Amino acid sequence: MTMLEVKDVYKSYGGVAILKGVSFMMNKDETKVIIGPSGTGKSTLLRCINQLSPPDKGQVWLNGEEITNPQSNINKMREKIGFVFQDFNLFNHLTALRNDSIGREKEKKIEKEAAYKRAMDELTRVGLEAQSGQYPAQLSGGQKQRVGIARALAMDPDLILFDEPTSALDPELIGDVLDVMKSLCGKVAMLVVTHEMGFARNVADEIIFMEGGIIVEQGPPKEMFTNAKMARTREFLGRIGALYGDEEGR
Amino acid sequence: MAVDFGQFFINSLPDLLSGLGYTLLLTFISISAGFLLGIFLALGRVYGNKVINGFCVGYIELIRGTPLLVQLFIIYFGLPTIGINFSPIQAALLGLSLNSGAYQAEYLRGSIQSVESGQMSAARSLGMNKLQAIRHVVLPQALRISIPAWSNEFIYLLQYSSIAYIISVAELTAEGKFIAAYTFRYLEVFAMIAVIYLVLTIVSTEIIDRIAKRLRIPGIGAATRGSLRDL
Amino acid sequence: MDGLKTTLGLTAFGILFGTILGVCLAIGRSYGKRPLPFFIIIYEKILRGIPLLVLLFLLYFGLAQIGIHFDPFAAAVLGLGLRSAAYQAQIFRGSINSIPEGQITAAYSLGMSRLKAIRYVILPQILRFSIPGWSNEFTILLKDTSLAFSIGVIELMRQGRYIQVLAPDLILVVYLLIALIYFILVFSINKIMRLVEKKYQIAGYQAEAHR
Repeated sequence: MTMLEVKDVYKSYGGVAILKGVSFMMNKDETKVIIGPSGTGKSTLLRCINQLSPPDKGQVWLNGEEITNPQSNINKMREKIGFVFQDFNLFNHLTALRNDSIGREKEKKIEKEAAYKRAMDELTRVGLEAQSGQYPAQLSGGQKQRVGIARALAMDPDLILFDEPTSALDPELIGDVLDVMKSLCGKVAMLVVTHEMGFARNVADEIIFMEGGIIVEQGPPKEMFTNAKMARTREFLGRIGALYGDEEGR
Repeated sequence: MAVDFGQFFINSLPDLLSGLGYTLLLTFISISAGFLLGIFLALGRVYGNKVINGFCVGYIELIRGTPLLVQLFIIYFGLPTIGINFSPIQAALLGLSLNSGAYQAEYLRGSIQSVESGQMSAARSLGMNKLQAIRHVVLPQALRISIPAWSNEFIYLLQYSSIAYIISVAELTAEGKFIAAYTFRYLEVFAMIAVIYLVLTIVSTEIIDRIAKRLRIPGIGAATRGSLRDL
Repeated sequence: MDGLKTTLGLTAFGILFGTILGVCLAIGRSYGKRPLPFFIIIYEKILRGIPLLVLLFLLYFGLAQIGIHFDPFAAAVLGLGLRSAAYQAQIFRGSINSIPEGQITAAYSLGMSRLKAIRYVILPQILRFSIPGWSNEFTILLKDTSLAFSIGVIELMRQGRYIQVLAPDLILVVYLLIALIYFILVFSINKIMRLVEKKYQIAGYQAEAHR
């Protein structure tokens, strides 16, 4: 069964149509990367999936259950979908450890001790066990984002949505975050909106190119980068590829 | 003269202390009740639907648009005509609390709104419902931001509790008037009382300052830069 | 409705007194020479640390004891004004602090004396910035005039009291009416001040947010 199914999603803000009928699917543990020019609705799409901004039309299905149904328990569904924000959005008044554990404490009603332990495991996984007692304001951008990823992981999600996770970081800190993300490949499904072409090229199972509120083309990285069917795709990837390079520095 | 004054002071002390007790009682209870009321109103204004919001705004504007004294008179003198009677101290507590609630609602609202919306998004993404998000993420931060305004409100109540004298509550100012009435030494009595209020003000500010420092979120300096009150 | 006139009179004189004194205090504290700021700080601390009621009693009854007599109205205006000045000083000082250092430097470099610089460069700007905080203080003063009733000034509240004695059954209505009058006054003042603020806004130049 497909894990995630997005069907015909439409979304407008203030009269302006942002998403004009987006549909795609994802399977368990797949990694898909969404690329495209800014302002074409990529972030909006992510927010439609976890209902932070419910779509105007269309449906989203997770593991056979329809999220977009007003009857369904959105909070329960959100526990299965992790979200990593561009601006981190860490809880300022909590330590790194509690940032990651609070989800489990409150939602899954797990004992504090067990929640802390799990949070600690995740923090260790992202390499920040030494920072567990620090507050967000005391952490660097890269560290903050990794805490954010750990926070999402601590909930045992089926899918993690990444909304331009490295766009707010200094160049030298981007690498750490991307490494963490790479290590998650194949272990949890990831839907990533990013401009990091190297990551897209080397890590994604499929690349989705969006522009103007619709999916222009999608396919495996190899195909998209070397042999894209649509001219616009070739144009975009060519330009961006030259600008950002890819990981290997080629 | 000085000795005489000293003697006078000591003689008046028991009455003044009793008055002080009432003053503190009025202040502490009103600020707490006002705080609870204020939170409800503030949450109602920020997260409520049109009806709740309208009601909260209406209440806040009405209370803030009229003098405390008028409100107290309405409660103490006006309500008995429709059968609701309060003792002076009950009326004072009620009036001060309702009044304080409206003022506290305003700065609490400001604080809640200054907690960035990203925090709410993050909380919701973890699966928290609105109530949980407010309780665990927004309020802890908003409350810390509110501390300076809250301490101002405390001082304000401390001083305005003196109005209760007018509806016969035997607090500090009332005691002062009482003593002065039979000794005719208005100047000394009220100078003493003024000093007492001053000391209370300075001490409270200092204490709240200390508490605020303890509650600081490391890294977030907005609410705790130096001393709270710009005295 | 003489009470209303008195109330308005108290407010007008009180705020006038308070504002002028307040501006002087603020300027004195920020720009004054050595011992002056110190004394001003003490003044502010005292005036903001005691209840208005106690202040009024001190002025009206206390001073009478040593021979200085005020009539109730004057005592009330004095008390309201002195206290308001202390609070207004803080408002103005906040505005002064949000004016960039460079303004005064530029004024000096044009050859202005300290006094001239303050009058032509600082003052116009502070006055505009202070409008929100000042109008807040204005309405507070208006409401505080109700306390003058306790030293015998025949303003709105005292009139209410008289009526209370004459027609005990109508008390609730009377006070609700008085509340309404105050409310209308406060509301109107707020509306007017907002218009004034708009009119005098320096295009594009926003003040720091006041607390």
